[in-house]
Amino acid sequence: MNPLDHFLARAALAGLGVALAAAPLGCFVVWRRMAYFGDATAHASILGVALALAFSTSIWVGVLAMSMLMALTVTLLSNRGYAMDTLLGVIAHSALAIGLVAVSFLSDVRIDLMAYLFGDILAVSKLDLLIIWAGASVVVGLMVWRWHALLTSTLNPDLAYAAGFNPNKEQLILTIALAIVVAVAIKVVGALLIAALLIIPAAAARALSSTPEKMAVYASSIGATSALLGLAIAYQLDTPTGPTIVCVAALIFAVLNVYRLVSAPKL
Amino acid sequence: MSLLTVSDLSVELAGNTILHDVDLHIDRREIVTIVGPNGSGKSTLLRTIVGAVKPTSGTIKRESKLAIGYVPQQLQIDPTLPITVRRFLDLPKPVSDTAAEQALKQVGTTNLDSKQLTDLSGGQFQRVLLARALLGKPDLLILDEATQGLDQPGSAAFYQLIDTIRNDIDCAVLMVSHELHVVMAASDRVICLNGHVCCEGHPEHVVSAPEYRALFGSGTQGALALYRHEHSHTHDADGNCE
Repeated sequence: MNPLDHFLARAALAGLGVALAAAPLGCFVVWRRMAYFGDATAHASILGVALALAFSTSIWVGVLAMSMLMALTVTLLSNRGYAMDTLLGVIAHSALAIGLVAVSFLSDVRIDLMAYLFGDILAVSKLDLLIIWAGASVVVGLMVWRWHALLTSTLNPDLAYAAGFNPNKEQLILTIALAIVVAVAIKVVGALLIAALLIIPAAAARALSSTPEKMAVYASSIGATSALLGLAIAYQLDTPTGPTIVCVAALIFAVLNVYRLVSAPKL
Repeated sequence: MSLLTVSDLSVELAGNTILHDVDLHIDRREIVTIVGPNGSGKSTLLRTIVGAVKPTSGTIKRESKLAIGYVPQQLQIDPTLPITVRRFLDLPKPVSDTAAEQALKQVGTTNLDSKQLTDLSGGQFQRVLLARALLGKPDLLILDEATQGLDQPGSAAFYQLIDTIRNDIDCAVLMVSHELHVVMAASDRVICLNGHVCCEGHPEHVVSAPEYRALFGSGTQGALALYRHEHSHTHDADGNCE
C-alpha cells in the first residue's frame, strides 16, 4: 500500500512542509516587525477563498492571488509612510469580513468555512500535498538564495545599498514568500492561525540562538516538532488539529523562555 | 583622476530640496570631512554617494571598480535578531577567520568574536562597524557621524584610528562630523555644507572663510568656530595637569 494513502501520513507531511517553509520566513517577520503584516495577508486569504468559489477556480489560485495582492498593497503603502498599524488593522479585518460575507452569498455552494478559518489538515489530498511541498520549496529556496542580502537589508537598508543590494527588491521577495506561505498554510492551520505558525517558532528559537542562521534552523525544528506533536495529540484527544499545533508551539515558546530566564546565559 | 567626482548634484526628498548644485571630488589617500548645521544635507549627501538615495539631477562618477566601505550613523538592531560580532563581519559576504581576526585587530579590538552586537559598548560597536567596512578592502571609507555617542577622548581616539588606517591601507576617507575642533585636526580637507557647498579647503582656510563664520560663528559669537584646543600638557587619571 502507498503510505500516502493514509490520511495521517498526508497530514504529517503537509504539516512538516508548511512548518519548514514558515520558520525561516517567520524569523524575518519577527526581526523586521512584520507580524501584523503577516496577519493582514492571512486574513485577506478568506476573501481569496470566496473569489475562488465564485469564479469556480482552484482555492489555491484564489488564495495565492489575494494574498499576493494584499501583500503588495501593504508593501506599497508602508513605503509611503502611512500609520501602518491602524491601516493594517483596517485592511486586514475588512478583507476578512468582506470574505466572510461574500462566501455567505454563494448559497449554492455548501462550504465548511471553518475548514478555511482553522484549517483541515486531515482532509489534505495528494494534490494538496504536492502543492504544499512545491510552495514550501520555492519559499525555502528564496530564503537560501537571498539570505545574505535579506539579512543585510534587515540590519540596515543603507548598509545593503552600499553593498550593492536593493532593499526594496529584498522586501518584495519577502512579500512574495509570505503570500506563498499563506496560500499553502491555509488548509493546514487556517487563515486565523497562519501568523502563529510564522511567529511562534521563530520567537521560541530566539531563546536558544546566537546567530541568525541558528535561529532559522531552530525555528524550523520547533515548527516541525509542533506540527507532528500537535497532529499526534489532536488525533489522540480528538481536538481540532490546527489550533492544537499552535498550542504545542506556544508551549515550546513558554518552556524555552522560562529556561532562558532561569538558567541560560544571555544570547 | 579622483576616486569619486560629484558634479552638479541635486537631491529632492518628498518635494523638499535637500541638496543643490553640489560639486565635490575625493582623491586617493585624502581625508575629507563634511561639516554643516543640522538639516544641511550631510547624511543625505553620503547616502546619495553610497547609492541609497537617487539624485534628482547631476552625476556621481566613481573610478572603475571603486570599493566603498560604509560605516552607517547607527545600527538599530532589533532585540529579536541574534547576531555575534563574528557573524556580523560575514555581511554582506562571508570572510575567512584570519581576515576577520585581522580586521578586528586593525581597529584595536580583540576577543569580541562570540559577543552579541547588542552587548557591545558604544566605542566597541563603532570599531566593529569599521572593521566590517575594512573587510571589503575599500578604496574609499565613508563614515556618517561615526563618533556619535562617544565621549571626547573616545572620539579623538577614533579619529586617530581612522588616520592610522588610512596610512595602513591607503584608502581615502569621507566623513561627516559635528565635532568641529576634532575634525580640524584630523582632516586634509574640510567641506562646509549647507544645502550646497559653502566653502571648502584646508581646515585652516575654511575656519577663516566668511561663509563658515556665517554658519557656525555668529550664533556663538565665533566661539564654536574658533574653538581649538591645543594640548600643550597632558592629564593624569585624576584629571590633574602634568
